[in-house]
Amino acid sequence: MSPLFKFKGGVKPRTPTTHKTASAQAPIGIAPLPSILVVPLHQSIGGHPRPLVAAGEIVKKGQRIGAADKWVSSAVHAPTSGTVLAVEERLAAHPSGLPTLSVVIEPDGQDEWIELEPIDPNALTPERVREILRDSGVVGLGGAVFPSHVKTEAARSMLMKELVINGAECEPFMTCDDLLMRERAEGIARGVAIFRDLLQPERVLIGIEDNKPEAINAMRVAVKAVGEVFSVVPVPTRYPAGGAKQLIRVLTGKEIPADRRSPEMGVQCFNVGTAYTAWRAVAFGEPVLSRIVTLTGNVEQPRNWEILLGTPLKEILPLMRPKADTNRYLMGGPMMGFELPSLEAPIVKASNCIIASSPALFPPPPPEMPCIRCTSCAQACPHELQPFELYWFARSRNFGKTQEYKLFDCIECGCCSYVCPSHIPLVQYFRYAKSEIWSRERDKKNADTAKARFEFRNAREERDKAEKAERLARAVAAKAAEQKAASADAPTDAEAAKKAAIAAAMERARAQQENVQPRNTDDLTAAQREEIAEIDKHRAPPQ
Amino acid sequence: MLSAILIMALGAVVLGAALGYAAIRFRVEGNPLVEKIDAILPQTQCGQCGYPGCKPYAEAIAEGEEINRCPPGGQEGVTKLADLLGREVKPLDIEERPKQTACIDEQRCIGCTLCIQACPVDAIVGAARQMHTVVSTLCTGCELCVTPCPVECIRMETIHEKIDNWKWKYPVFEMKRVA
Repeated sequence: MSPLFKFKGGVKPRTPTTHKTASAQAPIGIAPLPSILVVPLHQSIGGHPRPLVAAGEIVKKGQRIGAADKWVSSAVHAPTSGTVLAVEERLAAHPSGLPTLSVVIEPDGQDEWIELEPIDPNALTPERVREILRDSGVVGLGGAVFPSHVKTEAARSMLMKELVINGAECEPFMTCDDLLMRERAEGIARGVAIFRDLLQPERVLIGIEDNKPEAINAMRVAVKAVGEVFSVVPVPTRYPAGGAKQLIRVLTGKEIPADRRSPEMGVQCFNVGTAYTAWRAVAFGEPVLSRIVTLTGNVEQPRNWEILLGTPLKEILPLMRPKADTNRYLMGGPMMGFELPSLEAPIVKASNCIIASSPALFPPPPPEMPCIRCTSCAQACPHELQPFELYWFARSRNFGKTQEYKLFDCIECGCCSYVCPSHIPLVQYFRYAKSEIWSRERDKKNADTAKARFEFRNAREERDKAEKAERLARAVAAKAAEQKAASADAPTDAEAAKKAAIAAAMERARAQQENVQPRNTDDLTAAQREEIAEIDKHRAPPQ
Repeated sequence: MLSAILIMALGAVVLGAALGYAAIRFRVEGNPLVEKIDAILPQTQCGQCGYPGCKPYAEAIAEGEEINRCPPGGQEGVTKLADLLGREVKPLDIEERPKQTACIDEQRCIGCTLCIQACPVDAIVGAARQMHTVVSTLCTGCELCVTPCPVECIRMETIHEKIDNWKWKYPVFEMKRVA
């Protein structure tokens, strides 16, 4: 076995159990069908899938309701059969509490599948597999929800050395990957094989934190059972070992520079849950309709549940039975998660954990004290940044400086805030600075476009004016030249020709009139002549 | 004595020639300060400053015009200009408004093309006696198309916060009242 490497910093959880045991006792439960499903169309990084259904339509389980609109985008499906009530803006599972375009489905209780085509995974071309992954909505289920098909393309410049499968699950409270590995290890192993076939790495490393011995065993057994040579590597329990860059560092010793993607370093990383859904999609044609969610925290019944995507939070409260003093719900772990804006917010592909929070479990943060530059944060930062400097510049809105201090290398893991003796919410400052910088970049881009278009418009108007003037000048010149030419030649020529033509035409008409034979007044009988005379007499005006 | 004067004079002539050549060879087109000012201005081309576009206003600022005439740039723009030019920060002379985008009521549009001619960034699509529409991603919200419309079918809509442009807020803490 190859030696393990270390990443700098990180935090060691205070208790060895890290609140994980509570939810890891019971097997994964299947959540009952909710009374309503609100499926957001935008559930992955990248494009906004366009809706394929309209209100009133009947959908079946697994039917595509949102199609990927570009390469970095992923499809969305109906989690069960039922009627589409509306396609409208609904509250998103997002810290902003803003709405996003969602498909509201009323389940009919039949849970009737679309017709699934059995697929032979071995007969597929890599391009077809990527298409299946995209159209099945397979995205990174570790929480970043990056479309997986995009990640299965190796860099041209670099041979793929390692494929890292992330089963570390370092956040406290969270056990969804742990339980998935314990119960569905074979599916994960087969999913890993799909990614292996696409990327052709030299070796496959499955990294699991050493506080999950059951999962490690289950994965080892499963890997052997499917006849693969993936190595299952226990990694030391240290937050954030489950960060993609940290796990790659621990398993391979490679550090991914900020401006490069991991395939350029010959390594790629997928979550275990992603591998499982990839296998279901490629082998059975089943799209991603549900995910394993850890329901834990201040609850009577902490457990992992397989919950349909789009299930509103209020529908899963009976499953977790929150205690009376629960005041808010966090999505994601306690380190990186955020507070859900309302009980209406749906479960999405990124929802790995819902923590019921109470003032006793997560006391409100004490007031922020001044930074004493103790550098605890710098020691804890797994990316070797200097959070105290970043904080200083973010606080004074000196965004240029924050970028000089590599703000965008920050993975917002929260280690710095966790160790800060002055209780400074450092990550909040960094998130603020990042979104301000993005907003400024957007504005700058828009301004540049507007400027280019304005300048082009002015140039075009100038050009049009010049061209018009030139045309006018040319027309005047042509007319003058014509007149000059006309006055030089015999002026009567044209007119004479015209007159001659008219005369010829008149001559022709006369000749034709004369040639009409016989005339209808010739060869008349006496009776007819009399009749004509009679009529003429009547015609003659009265005297 | 004479040789010293000659050497100095020769030096002056040589350096002067070099400088003169450089001035012609490396001549900078336009005023570089204007470019810098123009880069700070928001390029809405709205004319609210009283100049026909951002570039003319940038030129005017370089000549000494006030720096607080640009409402779309906001107070932040004024601060940036003050930093660049070493002038006093002043409050905006017109009130800052939230960002807007033009929107054509397509039922009422008669296809007169007047708004198309007014748009400084070619963000309106349409043809004579055909319906017009605004390409909202290109619209700078300058309002120049609103007045020319003979049937008043163009309105300005405030751009609301969406998830895509939502920003994390500056951390604020409620001060606890000490009893």
